[in-house]
Amino acid sequence: MRVLFFIVATLAVMALGNWAYVENYKTQRTLDEVEHLQREIGQIREQLGVLRAEWAYLNRPDRLRDLAEINFDRLGLLPLAPEQFGSVTAIAYPLSPSAQMLLEDLDMTDLIDVRGEVTE
Amino acid sequence: MTRVPLRPLARILEARAKGENPDLIEAENLRQRHEEMADRTRARAEGRLLVIAVLFLCAFAAVGVRMGVISASEPVEPRAATAGAPIATARADIVDRQGRLLATNLVTHSLYAQTRDMVDPARAARELAMIFPDLDAQELHADFTSNRKFLWIRKTLSPEQQQAVFDIGEPGLLFGPREMRLYPNGAVAAHVLGGTRFGDEGVNAAQVVGVAGVEMAFEERLSDPGQSDAPLALTIDLTVQAAVERVLAGGMQIMNAQGAAAILMDAQTGEIVALASLPDFDPNNRPSPLTKGQPADSPLFNRAVQGVYELGSTFKIFAAAQALELGLVNPNTLIDTKGPIHWGRFRIRDMHRMDPIMTMTDVIVESSNVGTARVAQMIGADRQKAFLTRLGFTETLPVELVEARRAKPLVPERWSELSAMTVSYGHGLSVSPLHLASAYAAMVNGGIKVTPTLQRGTDVAPGPRVISPETSAILRKMLRQVVVRGTASYGEVAGYAVGGKTGSADKPSATGGYEDDSVIATFASIFPAHDPKYVLVVTLDDGVDTSGPEPRRTAGYTAVPIGAEMIRRVAPLLGLKPEIEPGSAPGVTLTSN
Repeated sequence: MRVLFFIVATLAVMALGNWAYVENYKTQRTLDEVEHLQREIGQIREQLGVLRAEWAYLNRPDRLRDLAEINFDRLGLLPLAPEQFGSVTAIAYPLSPSAQMLLEDLDMTDLIDVRGEVTE
Repeated sequence: MTRVPLRPLARILEARAKGENPDLIEAENLRQRHEEMADRTRARAEGRLLVIAVLFLCAFAAVGVRMGVISASEPVEPRAATAGAPIATARADIVDRQGRLLATNLVTHSLYAQTRDMVDPARAARELAMIFPDLDAQELHADFTSNRKFLWIRKTLSPEQQQAVFDIGEPGLLFGPREMRLYPNGAVAAHVLGGTRFGDEGVNAAQVVGVAGVEMAFEERLSDPGQSDAPLALTIDLTVQAAVERVLAGGMQIMNAQGAAAILMDAQTGEIVALASLPDFDPNNRPSPLTKGQPADSPLFNRAVQGVYELGSTFKIFAAAQALELGLVNPNTLIDTKGPIHWGRFRIRDMHRMDPIMTMTDVIVESSNVGTARVAQMIGADRQKAFLTRLGFTETLPVELVEARRAKPLVPERWSELSAMTVSYGHGLSVSPLHLASAYAAMVNGGIKVTPTLQRGTDVAPGPRVISPETSAILRKMLRQVVVRGTASYGEVAGYAVGGKTGSADKPSATGGYEDDSVIATFASIFPAHDPKYVLVVTLDDGVDTSGPEPRRTAGYTAVPIGAEMIRRVAPLLGLKPEIEPGSAPGVTLTSN
């Protein structure tokens, strides 16, 4: 009984030792990976900053204005003017589907039958 | 510890004498001894258990604390290639009110030399001078061969320059990473942003410090590492700012002006949507300040905020406002405008012939100095001083620009009755155009004082009331009339019901007194006049309109057309729809039968 207990205990210690060893190395590997990822994130953020700066630089008002002037023949872009504001009521909306159908169904070619002279 | 014998002789003999079994005594004593031994062992075992329990407790506590620390701590920030920089390098971006980038950081490199590692200083100096034309090969060589160990060569490098320096192959030339401040829009909003320089410099990093504008005013906020991820949002609108600068630059050129400034401000909140001062500069390459001459000659000088000027007739509206507020006049009160007024050796007269008697509205519309001076006499110097102080004309403005702190208005030393009369038409009191814009906002927004601000999203408590809403409504009508039939008739913009007041003040000459043919022309305007959303102040320094047969310098011909063009361009960008002014339609009388 005692011997068996010792054997089991020794095996358990060996198993735990092995487990701790494996975990230790796994942790170190993960930490390395985290370090690597963080460096990558840092670099990507830096690139993002550069891209954002570049985007802002390419979209700076002076450049856009010059481009609009150079390409006026093709694009015809002008500064926004007060006259360009429209009213919602001035927009022709498409008819509702039922009204559309009604219009199509209404065959009006035969109905008009003119008799006599048309006078004003 | 005394050991009790198992068979004490005295008791054994006694027991034998009585005929009792003496073994019982031994058994009894043995039992007692075993009991004592058991007690001792238990106590020792309990002690050990306690120690073990404490050890386990410590172990578990350590694990628990560690877990707590891990779960509660901030995750480690991802780092760029430069690790462990001792100087705080992160500086928050600056964006406009719609989130468009105004200032950001860019990683670049600085170039320095470790002279003792240099292999061929002469060749390095020669090659460097070829890459950077502003460096001198002789001087560089002298520096490299002197007993200096360390030498900065360039603060920032472009990637091409870096590659070229790298190609020299000199081991003594080294690169240090640098965060550089970049203003992608160039000169747009230059005076608002200000600029930066390098502060503490190390090999691995350098601190970026603001030197002017919001960069300096918000130094603490921008360099706070805790907030470096959150950009600082300004009230400036980049598109509007660019349009304002464009129109202003064009106007300044046409009018041959030395300088110009424009401020566009939200009339209700005091948010500055655009602030321009010309001539301007590129904050990426900030010129060095002038060492001699007038500071106003430098492009770094912010005319809108830093410059204090006598703003002329634009001040007349304040005299009218106070007189209305005090109940001294109403818009139709007749004012004696027969001039000139003689006051000691001083003479107040009008620019052109006017009727000898005019209504209060006409005094403003025709911009009569004499009439306004009479109104100022009614008000009195003390009350006028108190009113203008309440409007903020005697103190520097709390706007978030360092330049504003240096622009203290010039007030009359002794606020006499004559001062009151001259101040009423804008002479003798010098303020910045921004002062004027905030005061105009207070006049037309219903009478609440506004504090100009450049930071978006700050909850500013509504300021104190300076005039009643009724007075404010009358002033709006007066300002509208100035544009409809008065001195600012070129200021009309269809659909936006512009109201405003012109001001042309002779420039003070360097020798004292005033220049003859050099004026500061100002147009302070509001739009739409019936429900003012924005206040626009345009100031031209020494502008002249030469389109007519003779040169015209008054604001009505110089600043007003620029202001009108600005409103025409900017109002649609601000989302203002042109609308028909209420009350302008042909009159309809309600009748009943």
